Amino acid sequence: MTEPKFSFFARLLLALQAFWRTLGDPAFAAGVARLSQGALPAPAAEARPGLRQMAPESALQLLSLLQQEGRFIDFLQENVSAYADAEIGGAARVVHEGCRKALHACLDIVPVRTEAEGSRLTLPAGFDPAATRLTGNVVGQPPFTGTLMHRGWQVTAIKLPQLAEGHNVKILAPAEVEL
Amino acid sequence: MSAARYAVGIDLGTTHCVMSAVDLTQDESEQVVQQMVAIPQLTGPGSVEDRLLLPSFLYLPHPDELAPNDLTLPWGTQPPFVVGELARNLGSRTPIRLVSSAKSWLCHPGVDRRASILPVEAPPEVPQVSPLQASIHYLEHLRQAWDHQYPDAPLLEQEVTITVPASFDPAARELTDEAAAAVGFGHRTLLEEPQAALYSWILASEGGWRKQVEVGDIILVIDLGGGTTDLSLIVVTERDGSLELNRVAVGDHILLGGDNMDLALAHLVRTKLAGQNISLDLWQLQALTHGCRTAKEAMLTDPAIDTMPVVVPSRGSRLIGGTIRTELTREEVTHTLVEGFFPWVDASARPASRARTALTKLGLPYAQDAGITRHLAAFLGRQTHATEALAGFVTLPPNASFLHPTAVLLNGGVFKAPLLAERTLEMLNAWLQAEGSPPARLLEGADLDLAVARGAAYYGYVRRGRGVRIRGGTAKAYYVGIESAMPAVPGMEPPLQALCIAPFGMEEGTDAALPSQEVGLVVGEPVRFRFFGSSVRREDRVGSVLEQWSPEEVEELEEIEANLPAEGRTSGEVVPVRLHAAVTEVGTLRLEAIPREGHETWKVEFDVRGQE
Repeated sequence: MTEPKFSFFARLLLALQAFWRTLGDPAFAAGVARLSQGALPAPAAEARPGLRQMAPESALQLLSLLQQEGRFIDFLQENVSAYADAEIGGAARVVHEGCRKALHACLDIVPVRTEAEGSRLTLPAGFDPAATRLTGNVVGQPPFTGTLMHRGWQVTAIKLPQLAEGHNVKILAPAEVEL
Repeated sequence: MSAARYAVGIDLGTTHCVMSAVDLTQDESEQVVQQMVAIPQLTGPGSVEDRLLLPSFLYLPHPDELAPNDLTLPWGTQPPFVVGELARNLGSRTPIRLVSSAKSWLCHPGVDRRASILPVEAPPEVPQVSPLQASIHYLEHLRQAWDHQYPDAPLLEQEVTITVPASFDPAARELTDEAAAAVGFGHRTLLEEPQAALYSWILASEGGWRKQVEVGDIILVIDLGGGTTDLSLIVVTERDGSLELNRVAVGDHILLGGDNMDLALAHLVRTKLAGQNISLDLWQLQALTHGCRTAKEAMLTDPAIDTMPVVVPSRGSRLIGGTIRTELTREEVTHTLVEGFFPWVDASARPASRARTALTKLGLPYAQDAGITRHLAAFLGRQTHATEALAGFVTLPPNASFLHPTAVLLNGGVFKAPLLAERTLEMLNAWLQAEGSPPARLLEGADLDLAVARGAAYYGYVRRGRGVRIRGGTAKAYYVGIESAMPAVPGMEPPLQALCIAPFGMEEGTDAALPSQEVGLVVGEPVRFRFFGSSVRREDRVGSVLEQWSPEEVEELEEIEANLPAEGRTSGEVVPVRLHAAVTEVGTLRLEAIPREGHETWKVEFDVRGQE
């Protein structure tokens, strides 16, 4: 078998993908560990359906970015019932502008379906049920024809900042003390 | 020529640094492959991101402020200071530890640029750095960022072009070169930013530029960055049937830019809030400036928006209760920016300048007149005769009171606002129309933020003899002040003459002739000369002596200093020398003292220690 030649960016992409999967997928991590010890990947064992806990690091990192740029945690932690709509509206602008900036800096988000909401569309057999959910009168065989109620959202690229070794992701926002 | 693989352009800006590269190994027949280079940097403590812009900020943290791990960079170092986005961020809360606008300090004649003076307001325990050292830190960060991504082609071995404002004086250019030399760049060149912007436009046109300009065109480049306004005139001529570009004039150093505009809006809103008995602290004012910038950008790009809310969030965790909300109207933005920075004036208008008070606070010499159109009028007025030597190519109406550009290239983030770009063009065209000239056209396809770095990278490629090169050389003639031989009159200073030692338009790598006049240097003692430059006297040759001049015509620069070592001579002896000027390959001016006898030469230094 000839090894494909990887460009730097291809390697970078692969390293990032491997990084996230190693963090989040124990089985994959075990494979990486074997590979780094010089062993060839073991043939995949017959996998039983299972559940797993996602690693919390990137979730906390994203929350921290939303707080930093858009005061997201401050907003959610506040009791909004005490304020008039106009006051909440003013704060919502800060949250919207900042969180949007943070979100777009980290993730490329596009709709799952490009059709306009309310339009009719047909799903062929073999559609991905994770990307398109059927609701209502779900009977019969595909192709299914129905109305698009929500376009859905999906992430096409993830560009989270790199974190230093030992960085405490549980601190979403440090306390500030002015001297 | 070096065996460099890439031509790398570095825009070492007042507010941002940008890096771009052109692959030199590609075939000549192919399209020029130009790419932007990402600059990994700390964006939060312990958090690193790739960005195209490196904010030109340096933060000097307290030892207890950040853990060593918070400072880890992708290349495995943990420097005791922060450069880039995080530096700007931390500095907004702790300004006493933030170094900003180091580049403007680099050309500030009032201070010692090698002395540790920044941050200016720092208390004694903060270890200050010099403007030169700050520039070295930025270049060093860029070097490491490059080497991290191109380990097989270290930056120090590449063909590096660093941009400087066209208005930088010889001393500031030399300091920039000194910073680059300190980092270790082996093959470095300086390029003026407006020229880089034009190179970028040429590159982007993919050969089409020859159809967009013609012989006789006078291109006005207006580069309006975050902190400075830089002006240049570039004329299209013809030689042996092909088009040539000649940079014929550059403007003064004007510390006025987009940041001033955001600040002006913030002050307007602050005054409005003060009327409602709401006062803002420093942190809130920063947030307000940011809010005003966002509102300004939205309103200037979308004419349908008439008011934009500006919200200053509270600093504490109570976001809703503590938030201050106000509005910025289109009227206010238009009035403050358009009337304040681009006032509608006659071509004869000149910027107001207050007389300098004797005791000025240590600070940057910001432009005293915010009217960019007035600075522009002054520049074009002063350069009315800039194209006379190119007679046959360029013709002006006989009674023109200013130089008439035929095309305009706009650069810098300010012109992302179509309103301000249009206003600038309308103002210029009104002046042209008043003197019977056709309107100037806008050169399309400029890239406002990244153009300078792109153009600088392309210039490294052009220097290898491919593509068109902008000619020009030095944009000033240089003179030393000599006291005329006259009987001393008590109470009267001997009249000063200016001896030309470097003519206008000296190209890189050329020497000026030796003047026949000699000056006396005292052995073992530093001897200082007054030094002058003129951006309009194109006809003076080496040895020309000016008896009198107007400040409009000839401006005084910082002094130059010659130091004659005492070896082989008696201390205190006066040695007659001639002053010789050359422009190095890098693009800096070099002055030497050459004695009548012997073969030694001594370097004459630009005095960058500031006035005492």
